[in-house]
Amino acid sequence: MNVLVCVKQIPDPNAPGKLDPQTKRLVREGVDLVLDPGDEHGVEAGLQLVEKDAGEVTVISMGPPKAVDAIRRALAMGAHRGILVTDPALENSDAISTARAIAAAIKGQSYDLIICGTESTDGSSGAVPAQLAELLGLPLLSFAKKLEVAQGKAVIDRQTDDGYDVVEAPLPAVVTVTGGINEARYPALRGIMQAKNKEVKQVGLGDIGLEGKAGKAALTQEVVDATPAEARKAGEVVEDKGEGAKRVADFLKELKVI
Amino acid sequence: MAGVWVFAETVDGTPAPVVLELLTKARSLGETTAVALGPGASKSAATLGKYGAKKVYVHEDAAFRDVLATPAVDLLARLVEKDQPDLVIFGMTYDGRDVASRLSARLGTALIANATDITSKDGGWAIVSPMFGGSLLVTTVPKTKGPALVLIRPKAVTAEPATTAAATQVETLTDPVDTSKPVARVLRRETEKASGPKLEDAAIIVSGGRGLGAPENFKMLDELAAELGAAVGASRAVVDAGWKPYSFQIGQTGKTVKPKVYIAIGISGAMQHTVGMKGAKTIIAINKDPEAPIFKLADLGVVGDVHKIVPQLILEVRSRKGK
Repeated sequence: MNVLVCVKQIPDPNAPGKLDPQTKRLVREGVDLVLDPGDEHGVEAGLQLVEKDAGEVTVISMGPPKAVDAIRRALAMGAHRGILVTDPALENSDAISTARAIAAAIKGQSYDLIICGTESTDGSSGAVPAQLAELLGLPLLSFAKKLEVAQGKAVIDRQTDDGYDVVEAPLPAVVTVTGGINEARYPALRGIMQAKNKEVKQVGLGDIGLEGKAGKAALTQEVVDATPAEARKAGEVVEDKGEGAKRVADFLKELKVI
Repeated sequence: MAGVWVFAETVDGTPAPVVLELLTKARSLGETTAVALGPGASKSAATLGKYGAKKVYVHEDAAFRDVLATPAVDLLARLVEKDQPDLVIFGMTYDGRDVASRLSARLGTALIANATDITSKDGGWAIVSPMFGGSLLVTTVPKTKGPALVLIRPKAVTAEPATTAAATQVETLTDPVDTSKPVARVLRRETEKASGPKLEDAAIIVSGGRGLGAPENFKMLDELAAELGAAVGASRAVVDAGWKPYSFQIGQTGKTVKPKVYIAIGISGAMQHTVGMKGAKTIIAINKDPEAPIFKLADLGVVGDVHKIVPQLILEVRSRKGK
């Protein structure tokens, strides 16, 4: 069983991102870049499947050359090798270009399952996995909080508004996993050392036959404005010295909800 | 006049609440068509018309209910090619997101997610999406030929019936649905029952986070909620930790709520959470960390131990109700 896991390097979500007011693009300078915490669950899910059943986990990402660090992190967790699609022409790509680049880069790879996070923590559009599935002509099992693979099929518990659906698809398939699916392992020192010697293949648009068909040459949309949203004003903050609950109850009474 | 379509998710003939919000927005932008798929879809036509759909396409095949995304994408792609609408609006829901994303890859057209508003601009569209937990509003303009596909967040628009009642044309489709390709099929559906009002509809929400310390401490939130007639919500941290099912989650990857009163208990207020609740009319926060970002949003914040304050609050509420 071979698994491909798509990952993204993002600015540390604990240090919220900013847009450059001129270029309307994410400011990447001076910000710590990390493997998207949502993707760690994808890597973990992939590792658990191959540990049970032999095979390899290949991690794939699209991004600037330093996105290789995010791949290394996944390799340190135990993934076997990496592919980074990187090309100056892919700077500021939209989701469909990302999906095209990944679809083209994995052509010829042998895989049973492609695992992605449900959405990136920074962009949160969550479009790439479904677009990738469409481009590859594969079924998509989305929002999985549980994943099992047996007898050529993948079965998930798919989150819904009031519970979950049990959904099944034949392999190969694309699966998106939520944070609730597993506890992602922390790379051990040994894993970190081994990761340095694992193969990470870097490919550009020319290598995957997408010159002029993805990235800047194929933008589907343009950000024309970015303005700070009107912020809520902080109200009164009181320290509880035994009267806190009373203060809240009084306030609820003022609001006429009790 | 621009052709504006709405992907009208229905369950047993009842449109999902977000669909009525989408129609309210759509009819302000152009001539509105709704596409309702699955068993019972034709029953939804009257409601869809009331909220502004001039035309409703219905297709009742069970595959739209039982197979994820692909049958809807096949049909929408055919209909879009035939009628060439200018805009197709989806709710930012589980199914809406899958269908819109696949369709954008099929058609090669622009997809803009997480939107809260659409306006017409220079013969095209300008779409507003909040980013970074809603601290920035980003305006995006689609650049492709063919319809722009936009995913609108639930509760971004207030649903209102159309004032002018026009006759709705219903076109029932019966073309065969192809499920011979490999598809994702729903085997069964499980519901996790919650007591009290639904989160999406509740006037008051009592919501808990990691600061509660342990899953069993949610019991006091249930008790407080029962006193207030409130719904119980949760932050992603506690849902990921397995303390509460996902159906309780409020935030970017969970539900968006707009209650009259939101009481955040032991929730720090990460942007991932606040994007789903900062539309509340009034926010009350209880947290032991005076630096917690939730206090920057709260109309009333109490710095203190939730384990002491919440049981006291239950008694205080009870005594005031007696009067």
